[in-house]
Amino acid sequence: MGGYLARRLLNYVVLLLIATFLTYLLASLTFDPLSNLLSRNPPPSDAVLAAKRAALHLDDNPVLRYLKWLWAVLHGDFGQTIAAGSVNDELWRRILVSLRLVVLGTVLGAVLGTLVGAYGAVRQYKIFDHVATVVTFILISTPILVLAPVLKYLAVQVNQSTGSQFFQYTGETSTTLAPGLMNEIVDRAQHLLLPTIVLMLFTIGGYSRYMRSSMLDELNMDYIRTARGKGLTRGRAIFKHGFRTALIPMATLFAFGMGAVITGATFTERVFGWYGMGDWLIYGITSQDINITLAVSLFTALSVLVSGMLTDILTAALDPRVRYAD
Amino acid sequence: MATPVVPDIAAVEGPTATSAPITRRRLVLRRFLRNRAALVGVVVLIAMFVGAFVLPHFIPYSYEELDAYALNSPPTTRHWFGTNQIGQDVLAQTLRGLQKSLIIGMLVAVISTVLAGVVGAVAGYFGGWPDRVLMWVADVLLVVPSFLVIAICSPLFRGKSFFILVLLLAAFAWMITSRIIRAMTRSLREREFIRAAKYMGATPGSVIGKHVMPSMASILIVDVTLNVGIAIIGEASLSYFGFGVQRPDVSLGTLIADGTSSALTYPWLFAFCCGALVLIVLATNFVGDGLRDAFDPNSTRGQARG
Repeated sequence: MGGYLARRLLNYVVLLLIATFLTYLLASLTFDPLSNLLSRNPPPSDAVLAAKRAALHLDDNPVLRYLKWLWAVLHGDFGQTIAAGSVNDELWRRILVSLRLVVLGTVLGAVLGTLVGAYGAVRQYKIFDHVATVVTFILISTPILVLAPVLKYLAVQVNQSTGSQFFQYTGETSTTLAPGLMNEIVDRAQHLLLPTIVLMLFTIGGYSRYMRSSMLDELNMDYIRTARGKGLTRGRAIFKHGFRTALIPMATLFAFGMGAVITGATFTERVFGWYGMGDWLIYGITSQDINITLAVSLFTALSVLVSGMLTDILTAALDPRVRYAD
Repeated sequence: MATPVVPDIAAVEGPTATSAPITRRRLVLRRFLRNRAALVGVVVLIAMFVGAFVLPHFIPYSYEELDAYALNSPPTTRHWFGTNQIGQDVLAQTLRGLQKSLIIGMLVAVISTVLAGVVGAVAGYFGGWPDRVLMWVADVLLVVPSFLVIAICSPLFRGKSFFILVLLLAAFAWMITSRIIRAMTRSLREREFIRAAKYMGATPGSVIGKHVMPSMASILIVDVTLNVGIAIIGEASLSYFGFGVQRPDVSLGTLIADGTSSALTYPWLFAFCCGALVLIVLATNFVGDGLRDAFDPNSTRGQARG
């Protein structure tokens, strides 16, 4: 198992290098970082433009620029923004903001979705299954750019009709807050609630559909009948044998789903006014800032690969065939 | 070699299609027609298509026209879906957005599924280095989300045809399906009918085109249907941030972006375009799921309720 994981890790490192290289190349070819400067009125002088070009290394070979960037990143320096601020200053704060959302939303959504899907399969064509099927179909078909504003709208309606401020939907914390640790924790939890629910609902749909069909496949297998014949109760046979095997394909969904969740977090952050990585990506692209965009790309690619790595470990833990393959 | 075989098959297939009690095609059709959700999906999709392409000719306003007498008007008999801040008819705009989304969704789905089929079949059939290279490319494309890459490319197609957007969306939508197709091709490769074709001297191209691909037609058909929904969401997400369809043209994504800020005060600007988007994607998902059940030989759904 150790050799298997080491080989996967090496594979991921190479993938990461190639993916960031292609992204860097693409961004350096399409971005025009001086466009904001050029559209100023009165226009800046040629000397200013030339100085900016030199400061941003725009005339260098993109491959060379990538290598320089990579070298600096390996030493913990993500470079400067166009406005000559440091990318590092904001990076860690924003990563924490986004990770909080993504991890909570994915974990809650994956656990709930798996349970809903498994229970739906066990109760196939019963009332629970029908209701769950309709709800999850609607959830799969609702992109976050619709889901997030709709939940925000509902929260405002609930707040107005009850006259309370229970649901908070702008930013991570309130600007006016009575001092005290307890107040702060409650306030942060209130702000976290809606965005987490959005990502959770988004995740539940896919997981429960996949889990339902994966579980149905397993329930029809001979080994479940064997387990029943051995004298296990239906519940134990399903849970100890069927559920565990049905989880194996779900691990793959976790890896493939990560990119979608991070993209989804972009919309969630925008709608709820969180200054996370997704919000930064939009800012980076609209201001044509290559260092910001690449920092976010690296974060995203790393998240996808870490979840891929976790998938490999999970699969090895769940599936003995993988464990003993080498 | 191949020419005398073809009429033979046609001669055999002709009578069986009429005399045999049930052919596979009819079984699949019958199963599909029994699935109520899938039928509703088909009806909704047809209605959406007719609405998007026929209705604009019958309503008195075009999507760009301004009605200065009705600014931010809620739905009335004159403007069924109301009007926006500058007096444009929301119904006309939604239909226009629907047209764009439907065209983009279908094109992306077809292109990406063809790509997935070809790449997966070639990788699985040949194995060796073509397999390794193609699956490597798929892995690289999976690492960075398509939204991010297309957003970075967005300056490329600003002011140009939306077809570039279609190609980009398709270029990032084939990877997972191609892996499934590859795995299936690898198991097909050793089957008798493929080996027979090979020993009869068929070129790899014709084995893949005439024998491998048709065996996977059901998966590809289901994939096209489901990809329509995914592509429509992808386009809307990009357009929402201004990275997709560019103004003054509208798509469901740009309409939702404009409507989000006024969802509380002028809900009709937000509700109708969102409703249209969710409805198309829901309908394609129902149809795709119904097709998958109908094609699945192990499915009991078709027979369970007769």
